[in-house]
Amino acid sequence: MTATLEPVERKLVLQKHKNSQKIKDRFISGFIGFFALAWLFPIFWTAYSSLRPYSEIRANGIFSFPKVLNLDNYVQAINRMELPTYFFNTALITIPSVFLILLLGSVMAFIVTRYSFKFNVAMLLLFTAGNLLPAQLVFIPVFKMYLAIGDLVGDRRILYDSPLGVILIHVAFQMGFATFVLSSYMKTIPKEISESAQIDGASVFTHFFRVMLPLLRPPLASLGVLMTTWIYNDFFWALVLMSTDKKRPITSALGRLQGEFVTDYNLLAAGAMIAALPTLIVFFVLRKQFVSGLTLGATKG
Amino acid sequence: MATMTDRPKKSVRRRSFSGRDKVTLSFFIGIPTFLHLALVWFPAFATILLSFTYWTGIRIEDIKWAGLDNYENIFFNTPIFWDALRVNVIWLFWFALIATPLGILLAYQIDREIRGHKFYQTAFYLPVVLSLAVIGVIWNFLLRPDGFVNGALGLPISESVSFFGDDRYNIWVILIIASWRHIGYIMLLYLAGLKAVDMALREAASIDGATEWQTFRKVVFPAMKPVNIIVIVITVVESLRAFDLIYIIYGGSGGLPILGVLVFQNIAGEGASMKGAAYAVILFLLSIVPIIAYLRQQFKEDVK
Repeated sequence: MTATLEPVERKLVLQKHKNSQKIKDRFISGFIGFFALAWLFPIFWTAYSSLRPYSEIRANGIFSFPKVLNLDNYVQAINRMELPTYFFNTALITIPSVFLILLLGSVMAFIVTRYSFKFNVAMLLLFTAGNLLPAQLVFIPVFKMYLAIGDLVGDRRILYDSPLGVILIHVAFQMGFATFVLSSYMKTIPKEISESAQIDGASVFTHFFRVMLPLLRPPLASLGVLMTTWIYNDFFWALVLMSTDKKRPITSALGRLQGEFVTDYNLLAAGAMIAALPTLIVFFVLRKQFVSGLTLGATKG
Repeated sequence: MATMTDRPKKSVRRRSFSGRDKVTLSFFIGIPTFLHLALVWFPAFATILLSFTYWTGIRIEDIKWAGLDNYENIFFNTPIFWDALRVNVIWLFWFALIATPLGILLAYQIDREIRGHKFYQTAFYLPVVLSLAVIGVIWNFLLRPDGFVNGALGLPISESVSFFGDDRYNIWVILIIASWRHIGYIMLLYLAGLKAVDMALREAASIDGATEWQTFRKVVFPAMKPVNIIVIVITVVESLRAFDLIYIIYGGSGGLPILGVLVFQNIAGEGASMKGAAYAVILFLLSIVPIIAYLRQQFKEDVK
């Protein structure tokens, strides 16, 4: 039916439709706008409160006009909550994890898409399905294995209560997602590129590092940003695999800090804002990569 | 080089790897596969087996066969399991019937580029990058006895509503907080999917006199099948495995009973026992259907 309409007629129908839609859209826009403001309010309120001393709020109530607005809470949070230590712990876990996930994920995707072995699809399925298992399902044996390996080498804390153990579990889990996403990207890279590399006598090693890896830059960037956010935000693994609070990353430490600084909410607000800072930077600076990373796996095909 | 390209293409397909290549390949396959099997699949199967045993120690010799005892214990002697399951089911219904559809609706409206759509997208997307630990602190800030909401209601601290403590409100408060993040997440995923749906399809439908709802239901929604399945998986998994938010608000004990925290109490720390393994298996089985549907969709072409 539509195909028979002349372009001019088509435009007219659309125009008429658009006019009645315009009023409706205003209403919808206003409605969504109200919710958007409500959505931002909790963050705004926490940020605003973090700039005020708690003593002022206790004396005059939370709705009192602010007499003092400064960064005192931030300075105090950094010193009293030892936030630099926790940030360092986070970096110690996140950076090697993301690096290894991207490296091993792309190696695996490379093999699965470029060399036709019999068990390629089975491998890919194994990795993808593994990524979807609940963390709780694997925790007990991992915990026991970490302790057993520790006893074996004579250092109980080589894996348990150590960043290394947390890194390994993140890598083992998230590698599945990375492999899945990167392999679907690699399928879109023409096979001829690989073939000519092989004809030129490139070794498997050269073929991967010199030919394929540079082509993977866009999905690696997106995946890197997404993985960094996920691992930075991870709560469970650092909580169950680390017993020393001083070794925990900032996200897991926030829970204990909340109990400890319960008497000074505004200090806690500043601490939370600082803990959120790296993810907020991702939000404002790297949002394109984050969103495309999030949807890399989602919009395949 | 020239002589090499002269070789017929067929020779490329014949796999004759040099010794060095064989070493490289076995490392390339071996390391990731070993790590993944050793730390994901082996423990997963071990947990399933362990859920049929009694074991508290490290030594393998101490494991005793328990049959279905752990499961019987959970189903018949642990009333809190049913309380927790109830909360998780309410969570699932809330997400499936309210939060997820709202996220989809938002994505649909924002995709139509209504006025202010860029700002709206930013606002709803912001909570998605925050960790649930930070989200817990932020909302505690609004809802605590001397927080914003009680203040706005004009209640003094002595008469304030305990939003997290009072059983009448706590689950709904938690669900609102969880939705605050979930809606944006779904919106982002759906928005990406909508970008891929042909605009001409929608225009054609509206010229044919279809209402907006008909266009969405009959044209857009079916075209979004891959994204729909992912949205279903995320909705089910997030509502059944919820843990972080509850843990950050209530700590490891008490508060709102929920499966994720119950598993945690039984697998970590002093309360650890193989009942925890049974809990973990139950948690796994609950979310298995949408996961299989997802895997089937993703590997449909590959298996052919």
